[in-house]
Amino acid sequence: MTRLRLGLAAAGVFCASLALAQAGDPRRSGYQEMGPALRKMQDDDTANPAMLFVQAGAAAWAGKAGAAGKSCADCHGDAAVSMAGVAARYPAIAPTLNRAVDLDGRINLCRTTHQQAPALASESDDLLALGAFVALQSRGLPIAPPDDPGLAAVRTQGAALYERRQGQLNLSCANCHDDNAGRKLAGATIPQAHPTGYPIYRLEWQSLGSLRRRLRNCIVGMRAEPWDYDAAEYLALEAYLMDRARGMLLDAPGVRP
Amino acid sequence: MANILVNAPKTAKKGDIIEIKALIMHPMETGFRPGTNGRIIPRNIVEDFSATWNGREIFRMKMSPAIAANPFVSFFTVATGSGTVVLRWSGDGGFVAEHPLAITVT
Amino acid sequence: MPAPRRRAFLAGAAAVTLLPFAAEAMPEALAAAIREVTGGAEPRAGKVTLDIPPIVENGNTVPTTVSVESPMTAHDYVRAIHVFNEKNPQPHVFNAWLSPDNGRATVGTRIKLADSQKIVAVAETSTGEFWAASAEVIVTIAACIEDVT
Repeated sequence: MTRLRLGLAAAGVFCASLALAQAGDPRRSGYQEMGPALRKMQDDDTANPAMLFVQAGAAAWAGKAGAAGKSCADCHGDAAVSMAGVAARYPAIAPTLNRAVDLDGRINLCRTTHQQAPALASESDDLLALGAFVALQSRGLPIAPPDDPGLAAVRTQGAALYERRQGQLNLSCANCHDDNAGRKLAGATIPQAHPTGYPIYRLEWQSLGSLRRRLRNCIVGMRAEPWDYDAAEYLALEAYLMDRARGMLLDAPGVRP
Repeated sequence: MANILVNAPKTAKKGDIIEIKALIMHPMETGFRPGTNGRIIPRNIVEDFSATWNGREIFRMKMSPAIAANPFVSFFTVATGSGTVVLRWSGDGGFVAEHPLAITVT
Repeated sequence: MPAPRRRAFLAGAAAVTLLPFAAEAMPEALAAAIREVTGGAEPRAGKVTLDIPPIVENGNTVPTTVSVESPMTAHDYVRAIHVFNEKNPQPHVFNAWLSPDNGRATVGTRIKLADSQKIVAVAETSTGEFWAASAEVIVTIAACIEDVT
């Protein structure tokens, strides 16, 4: 598992660089809001539960799939090289579809188009594992949303959703994550909501999960009606949040409460 | 095949006390949680974890539903001689997983 | 307070209670579970360090380490470590069996806590002694969790 050995060596370096990079930036990632025990859980690649999914993803990367009988590795080779920086620049416009997709969507596009394999189900272990493995290759890199004019409209839509009050509590995302970040909500520290660690091993789920799943949790928590799982609203929010987190370092796959 | 991650040194000096850390993917369903239909989700846990060094048991643990999902264990052992450490998990539903580690002791 | 030197390797770790061990302060299920391993004897407070965060962000996965002071020789070693909880649906957390082969009587894992509660660790030595420590953990609930339905 050379990827994991690379991860182990990089983890120590990464922690140091995270500390350095954040100096002077008022933005804080959810990692910084966690107590020492959870940060330690994330930092150790052999003890971070998310790495179990990464290990499965590494195996999936190498495995042949679909009618084309190809593996990800057959086209992309060494993920540490070909996937470096990829997770940091999603959501992006998929040229063949001429619309924005998130990383999971891009992985499925590859599967259906190039491997001629069926798309992996949303939130399935298989898709999460591959997504975690790909995201790991961007760990420590700054979030770099593409300057694609096609994304502007999606980001604007996301910003509007972020600011919009909704649900029984009539709260917007901004009410907690902009106005009250750093303060406590029922004993939990409210993070600034920068998606630097996705996909995350959320202790509440006892499993790895996507930003989409986390956003649904937020909306249910606000006592608002969550949109359908494949709704465009989640993508718009993600595009906005990643733009808002531009320059922050990715710490995927993260551990979060 | 079970998904396992282990952190143990590959080499050690005789008499060194080494730490072995192991993580295995498993839901550790407690048997106390209600599912979406209100019925209790049946218990499904890893109950026994053991480690042997060249066949001799060096550690054994009995887990309960109070052990977190994707169970993590760390323990220490004295490096006696080169050989194989075998970690073994077993539990509900006939679940069994084993993971061998080669350790060279000089 | 224990000597700083003895606790140096736990620097930065969480609080460990120094309350005298008292079986009377516990719910019956917990007291019974402890009696079951000690054969009715009351464990003495000391030698055991229960390293667990005093406040946890989520009760589903709480990193926990139990260490017992012991020479771990053939004549004097820790034979077993038993950990119990106060408020989960059942009182056991884990049992671990050791021998001089371990060199150090330290076991780490991650546990589930249903609520803020007391955790008790009991060590059984080869000489038939029982030592214990307990810790109080505050479990906070993560914000914005999903609807199971």
